[in-house]
Parts: sequence; structure tokens; C-alpha cells
Amino acid sequence: MDFGPHLLLAVLEGAVGAAVLALTALGLSLVFGVMRVVNVAHGEFFMLGAVIAWFVATSIGGHPAVGFVAALALAPLIAGLVAVLVDRLILKPVKYDPEATIVGTIGVLYILQQTALMTYGPEARPVEPPFSHRIALPWFEWGENGFAMFYPWGLSTNSYKLFVIGAAIVILLAFWLIMTRSKAGLIMRATQLDRETALAFGIPVSRVYSIVFGLGAGLAALAAVLIVPIQQAHYLMGHDPLLLSFIVVIIGGLGSIRGTVLAAVLIGMSDGIISVFLSPTLSKIIATLLVALVLVFRPQGLFGKKPA
Amino acid sequence: MTPKLMTNRRSVLKGAAAGGLLAAAPLAARFASAQSSAPIKIGFQQHSTGIGAAYGRWYGRTTEAAVKMINDAGGINGRPVEIVAEDDGTDPKRGAEVLEKFANQSGCDVAFGTLFSHVVIGSAPAAGELKLPYFVVSEGHHVASGMLNRYTLQPGITDVKSQVQAMAPYVSENLGKKVTMIYPDFAFGHDHRDYFSAAIKEQGGEVLEMIAIPPTETSFTKYFPKIPRDTEVIYHVMVGPAVLTFVKELGEFFGPSRPEIFGFIDSLEAVDLASPGLEFLEGTYFWEGNPRYAQEDQTSHDKMFREAVGVDANGASVSDPKDVSTYAHMFGCWETLHVIKAGMEAAGYQGPEDRAKLIEAVEAMTDMPQSDAHPQGPKRFNGKTHQVFGVQYISKVEEGKLVKVHTTSIEDTLYPDEVDYTSMSF
Repeated sequence: MDFGPHLLLAVLEGAVGAAVLALTALGLSLVFGVMRVVNVAHGEFFMLGAVIAWFVATSIGGHPAVGFVAALALAPLIAGLVAVLVDRLILKPVKYDPEATIVGTIGVLYILQQTALMTYGPEARPVEPPFSHRIALPWFEWGENGFAMFYPWGLSTNSYKLFVIGAAIVILLAFWLIMTRSKAGLIMRATQLDRETALAFGIPVSRVYSIVFGLGAGLAALAAVLIVPIQQAHYLMGHDPLLLSFIVVIIGGLGSIRGTVLAAVLIGMSDGIISVFLSPTLSKIIATLLVALVLVFRPQGLFGKKPA
Repeated sequence: MTPKLMTNRRSVLKGAAAGGLLAAAPLAARFASAQSSAPIKIGFQQHSTGIGAAYGRWYGRTTEAAVKMINDAGGINGRPVEIVAEDDGTDPKRGAEVLEKFANQSGCDVAFGTLFSHVVIGSAPAAGELKLPYFVVSEGHHVASGMLNRYTLQPGITDVKSQVQAMAPYVSENLGKKVTMIYPDFAFGHDHRDYFSAAIKEQGGEVLEMIAIPPTETSFTKYFPKIPRDTEVIYHVMVGPAVLTFVKELGEFFGPSRPEIFGFIDSLEAVDLASPGLEFLEGTYFWEGNPRYAQEDQTSHDKMFREAVGVDANGASVSDPKDVSTYAHMFGCWETLHVIKAGMEAAGYQGPEDRAKLIEAVEAMTDMPQSDAHPQGPKRFNGKTHQVFGVQYISKVEEGKLVKVHTTSIEDTLYPDEVDYTSMSF
């Protein structure tokens, strides 16, 4: 394949990765921003979303779209409820102590992972996409006959993949609107800014924490439901999203929506493009190097605010 | 949905039952002919968790069934067999620890059962140091290549080098001579790359392009443009949880016109061929270690094996048709346990002091005819390289089922010895 069409393909694939990564990382970033909790179990909520999606989709039956829509509604909700439970039973009793929460969430990671292995099993299972059409993509070129459009061999994408990108953008916009325009967002931002003062102004901080932790897990689960018709649900699938989310959040700046989204696009795209044209290992090296550089030269991340 | 638990719970119950069995006088009479009627303990290094868990579960079920059959027939040397299963987490470091536990704590006579090559390679040195016979069921070439030691044997499953080499004649004669290979970028994939490209060259074919994909990759479309357009056959051996994605995206990439496709069933072990997205595989070919679907010419041995393990004619669990087995590999546990039994009987095995005798007895084995002990097919063991050789199957996907189209000879799978373990001291 020529370089141009191949690049387009790599960009499209990178965009799907970036879209899902942005949602997942946003959940991690939100939890850290508001609660100052490093949620090591974040990837497992992602996995939980995918596994629940499989359970929902297979138990409903009928047209795949019905199961998918149900999963889209139920999986984030259930994962969120599990997260609220984790907050009430584990994080709150240790008083959100930074070290204790890390150890606690590591425990949650293993509990969720092994529970999935025991109930769902070790296989990778697919969820049928609600719709899926192969779309051949055209390519333009200045040839001998001037400007020409043609369909290069193999240059195609899938309608569902485009939907994932679109859905992620819509969800991100909605999230941004909630955070900046709604009262709930205001309360969350107030808690993030100054917990004590928020408490003094009558904001039920403990409830906000529970909701935020649930929301963060819900975002990860939502991302997983979107990706599970492309990839399969597997009990170990939480590992990579966790790692990448940390990379994204560190580069973008913990707690910053803008930074998180931008870093997700950067990492997702570069992963798609570098791994195709150079080597997959190199793309991981570059991502890790970026993290190191950011930590050295801009520890608060690209868009993070310097601690006062 | 309690597949994983079942095996564990059952084996725990079995362990408890075995204890009770020995105490019960009338039943103990069955094993009375032995000098000692204490059980022979076989340490089972099981991939219960980690990336190999789907295999581990079926290796567990097969092992249980084989042990039940051996015990029902009077055990080994008149002694009952007891399996000590231990999870290795599909992790090499843990694997070595598990072997140590078998030798020093559980008092196992031998160890057995490992599949994933990195765990075998990580554990084998420990087996050598502990002087614990280590029967692996891994299909890796590392045993026959000479990189391990005299205590490590693979008598129940063929190795990847012989499998791959036996495929080349069929591929070049029936599918095409210009091949593009897609494989995971680690030892298992490299074995395929090296042995297949050499074997296809010998058949007058060529490998146009080799596409290595990192084992953690989850999306594949971006790699497919590297497939040259004049490719006649795509040879794929992807493994791991992302393999369904791989097949689906390959289908989307080619759309209606695709080259011939030949794959190793390793890609789809424990995966239902009726899964959404796999329709694309219709008309493609697979290597199978043992045909997953009961074939028209099914032998009585295969029938017996399926019934004993609890697998239906479609290769799925009799209790849950969605629970698909790792049929192309798990027979290896069954056959290995029968080789251990035959070896222990030939050596007059009494206890750990006879471990060297046991290895010598297995090394002396040669032809193993197809039988209830060897349901996959006839085998030929090479005592020098500690590796068994046997027939391989090629199946075609027809109406969503794998139909056997070719059976190789054992000769197709042979290659010159690369090591002589018998010259090493114990």
C-alpha cells in the first residue's frame, strides 16, 4: 500500500484507540483531581464494564443493537455502583490516606480480577456490534490526468469504529458541559479546589467522593462497552488501559480535562502511527520517554496547575 | 458459569475422597498387590490463572479423567495415582517455585503438565536441580532443541518444529506458493517464522513478507497493508485474547476477495467457531493437533477420550456447549500420564530413588500405537531428544465446523536430532 493511504488507515486506527483511552483516562483523572486518590484498580473497572457488557448482551438476545444499548446503560451503572461500594467500604474507612488508598485499590484490583476469572472464566468473549459495515475509503491523487479519486486496495474502515470515535467525542463534550455548566459540576469542582471550604459551605463531601469515584469507574466501564465489540472481554484486559491511562494523565496533568483529552489523542495517535511505520516497541519507548520528560520539566503535566 | 471453580472444587473433593478411599479397607484391597500402597503423587503445574487459564482449565479436566481411568484400572504398579495441582499463574518464576514445592513439600514423584513455553523454560532448570522428572505438555521446540536438561521430557505432544514443517507440503501443493506470515513477536511466533519459511522454501515456495505483531497488540488493521498484493496464502499463528479481533479485522480488511488462509488452531483454542465475526473463516484451513469436531472416521479411541473428559462431538463441554475445549492440545496431558504410567511400570518404580530409572525407561520407548492411551494417533518417541513425534491434522472450515482434509505421516514431521540428552549424566 502507498504511504498516503496507509497513513490514513493508521490515523483512523489510532483515533479509535485515542477515543477509548480519553474516556478511560478521564475517569482516572477525575478521581485523582477531586479525591486525590490514585485508583490502581481503574483498569479493572474497565474490564468490569466489558464483562458486564458481555453478560448483558448474551442474556438479552434478539438484535445485537438491543443488547448493546442495554449494556451501554447497565454496565457503567453497575461498575459505578461497585465503585461506590469500594469507596464506602475501603476508601472512606482509611480516610483517603494516599498510601493506604493505593494499597487498598491494589487489593480491589485483585479481587475484581479474580472474581471475573471465577465467574466469567478465562476466555476472551466477543460482543456483537450493533451494526458493522465495511466502508471502502477513497484516496485522492494528482496523477497524469489531473486530480483523481480512487479506492486503494485494503483502505477501508468499519462503520462501528467511526461510531466509537463519534460517541467518545459526544461523551467527552457532555462531560465537559456537566463539569463546567451544571450545579453537580460546580460542586465537584468546589470539592476539588478546597475540600475544607466546600465542607464549610455545606457540600456533602463524603457523598461527592462516592459519586465521583463511581463516575470515574463508570467512565472506564463506558469506554469498555464501546470497545468490546471490536476487542473481546477478557479478565486480564484491564492492565493496558490502566498503564496507558496513567501515562496520559501524567502527561496531560492530573485533574485537567483538557490535558487528559489532548494527551490521550497524542498517545493514541502516536501509538497507531509509530507502531505501524517504525516499530511497536518504539512507540512504547516514546510514550514512556514523554512521561519522563514531563515529570522532569513540567511535573504538573501539560495543563495541570502548579500546586499553590 | 462456574467453569474455573468446578475443576478446583472437584480436585479438592477428589483429594479428600482419595484420602477416605485409602482408609476404607475393602477398597484399598484393589491396590494391595503393591509393596507400598501409598499413592504415586504427580505434581500438576497448572495454568489456573494468568494468560494460560483457558488451557489450564481443560488440561485440568483431561488430567482428572486420565487419572480416573488409570486408577480404575488398578493404578500404577498397583498404587493409586494422586494429582497435586498447583497454580503457576502462567508465570515462569512462579513455575520454578511450584516445582520446588512439589519436590520438597508435597513429596511428588514427578511433575507434569506445563503448556506455555516461557514457563517450561523458566521451570526446567529447577527440575534439573531438584532431580525431579518433569513431563511437559507444551509443544515448544525447547525440549528437542537441547536447551533444557535430562530431567525434562515431552512424550505426549509433538513440538512446533515438526508441526510446522509437516504443513509446508500441503500448503504449497494445495493453497499456494507465495506466503505471507503473520505471527506474534516472541519465541512461539519466531519458531513458526523460522521453521515454516525454511520448510516452504524446500517445497519450492517463498515467504513474501513476515509481519511480526507485538503480543500485547489489541488492534491489527493497521498492520494488514503490509501484506503484499500477490500473496497467495496468509499463514497466521496469532494467540492470546485478542485473536478474535485479529480474525475479524482480517476479514474486514480483505472484504469479499481474500487469498487462501492457513492458520494454527492455537489461535482459536477454547473459542467457539460460531462466535460473531468468525464467519470470515469459512473455507480457510487450520492445523489441528487433534480434530476438535468428531470426524466421520472417528476412532473408538477418540470416542472414548471425549466421553471420559466430558467433551461433545463439537469439542465443547457436555455440560455447556459454549464452553469450548482446547482439544488440539489437551490430549497431550492424557497421553503423557499414560507414558508416565508405562515408564513407571517398565522401571519398576517404587519411589523417588527410582527417578533416574524412570527417565531411562521413558528414553527407551519408541513406537506407541494408537490406542486408548494414545487417542490422538500413533506416536514415535525419540529417547535422545526427549521429544515425541506423531501425525498432524489439517482441517478446513465448512459450515462453521472444522472438517479434516489431510493427515500427515509421522515421517513428514521428523527432523535430524539436535541433542542427545541420554549422554548427559543424571
